[in-house]
Amino acid sequence: MPENVAGWPRTAEGLGKWEHSGQVAITGMGISPIDRRWDGISMDKTYGAYAVLSLQRAIEDSGLKSTEIDGLMVCPDAAGDTWSAEDRGTPRPYFDAPYDGEDGLTIVTSGWLIKRMEEAGTPLSGLKWIDDEPSSIGQLTGKASQAVGEGKAQHVLMLYGMGNVEGRYHLEEGRYSRGGRVWSAPWGWMTSAMMQHAFVFLQYCTKYGGSHDNLAPFVVNQRRNGLMTPWGYYAQHEQYQLTVEDYLTQRYIAWPNGLLDSDRPVNHVASFLFSKADVAKDMKQKPLYVLGHVQAQHPSKSTMATLQDHEDWTDSLARRLYEAAGASGPDDLDVFNPYDGFATFTQTYLEGFGWHGVKRGEAFDFYAGDIRVEGPHPFNSSGGNLGNGRTRTAMYTDIVQQLRGDAGDRQIQIRHETGACGQVTPGGNGHIFIGTMQSLS
Amino acid sequence: MPKTIPVADDLTKPFWDAINEKRLVLQNCDSCGRLQYPIRPNCWNCGKDGLGWKEVEAPVHGHILETMVVHDTRVVVRKGDVPFNVAVVSLDADPSINFLANLPGIDAHKGPQGAAVELIFEELEPGTFIHDWKVIGS
Repeated sequence: MPENVAGWPRTAEGLGKWEHSGQVAITGMGISPIDRRWDGISMDKTYGAYAVLSLQRAIEDSGLKSTEIDGLMVCPDAAGDTWSAEDRGTPRPYFDAPYDGEDGLTIVTSGWLIKRMEEAGTPLSGLKWIDDEPSSIGQLTGKASQAVGEGKAQHVLMLYGMGNVEGRYHLEEGRYSRGGRVWSAPWGWMTSAMMQHAFVFLQYCTKYGGSHDNLAPFVVNQRRNGLMTPWGYYAQHEQYQLTVEDYLTQRYIAWPNGLLDSDRPVNHVASFLFSKADVAKDMKQKPLYVLGHVQAQHPSKSTMATLQDHEDWTDSLARRLYEAAGASGPDDLDVFNPYDGFATFTQTYLEGFGWHGVKRGEAFDFYAGDIRVEGPHPFNSSGGNLGNGRTRTAMYTDIVQQLRGDAGDRQIQIRHETGACGQVTPGGNGHIFIGTMQSLS
Repeated sequence: MPKTIPVADDLTKPFWDAINEKRLVLQNCDSCGRLQYPIRPNCWNCGKDGLGWKEVEAPVHGHILETMVVHDTRVVVRKGDVPFNVAVVSLDADPSINFLANLPGIDAHKGPQGAAVELIFEELEPGTFIHDWKVIGS
């Protein structure tokens, strides 16, 4: 039954307003607990157990019965530590069923979830459309919206998780490099996006002035917002406020990127329910309409993409998302939660979208102003990954809460009728624009 | 300290064979006239496959765009080297092409931004080289 939405990504310029703008709504949300890692013992805290819990909570939040869900999207990418036998020298120790394989530990497939949901008394017996294609939440939210808009299902339950088990992952051991790594590993360049963004960030400082120190107010504020997110990693497990001094004296990983510029991997899952707008109106929660979604995939010309590339790409992204949503521009965007998987690239999105009038080269001045949630420029009210751990979903759950008006201590004081967020990096991402209204015009 | 040794495949063998002869030979797109590095199956610009090859005339020069400094690395054989420079160098013959460089002879955090560099070759095991870039005059 797995079936893809063929040709769904909206990557081109000039596509105009999204053809299903305002016809799809987010009607439910479910958040699992959050841990730094699965402890290897607690079977109620596995990646799979948290996936089931987040689905159940999203269904409960929506007011539907589990049997009324007719679409399911999961992301069976291996998240966090994949425990490759090649790295570790030994196979992962498995457990009794249902944890007798990777499914439920580092990946979650639809088949595994459907079985567990049935065993848990919340059967997904009404499914008529399932999507199992690995992707990121940036893409998944757009794809779920497209699926509902195209009538693949009336209610699509979408899950995204970031699993994390014991150990340090992505180590490159051995004396030889193969595949794409031959162009980077010999010079000590890591696999992650960290160094790509370190490079672009240095180009940014060269072009506009300033230094890594200028990110301190932003990173400190992300932690502050995270501490106001009751379920977040730091609010749960490390309840102290980061200081500017902490930031300025941090340990560097790949200068200018340091430990505090980097999101911490966590074990966590969030789920969202996307429904047809005409049925959403009669559901439990205030419908939050998907006004537009766009995606981007830009191969680099050479070894490294440049600042100019990233600025061109995010200019295009913002232009296309505003257009997809039928928005006039940044004046129509209230809540803005761009990705912060590394602190060193968030300004590229901020300036590209021109949120609160911030133009290219102005992010450091903006960060130095009042960006608290209580203030006039509540930037990234979610706290993002830096404030909550590498959930990649905190930006989405925050917008849902802000637009519902139940963000608690994080509730922003300015207008909160629309929101936009996405992930991951300027070179490859998906973004979504949400509103309390079906049309901005 | 050791570096990881690139293992060539069918696509990249002409490039690495040339490096082992201390020559820089890049992909060249007959359709759009662009050089290409890293080596890929298709032209990033026009999508053409079956790209040709073109040697960049020696001495090969470039300029440092920016220099990062690795303080912690997942590349295990380089752990003993930290902190070390990783610069991004643009190729003078086509500045849209860039390379990574360790800038031998330059202390960490001392990578001179904008400096002219020259292509050099480092032997990692007998007969197997990688390319790197050295600041001219250093």
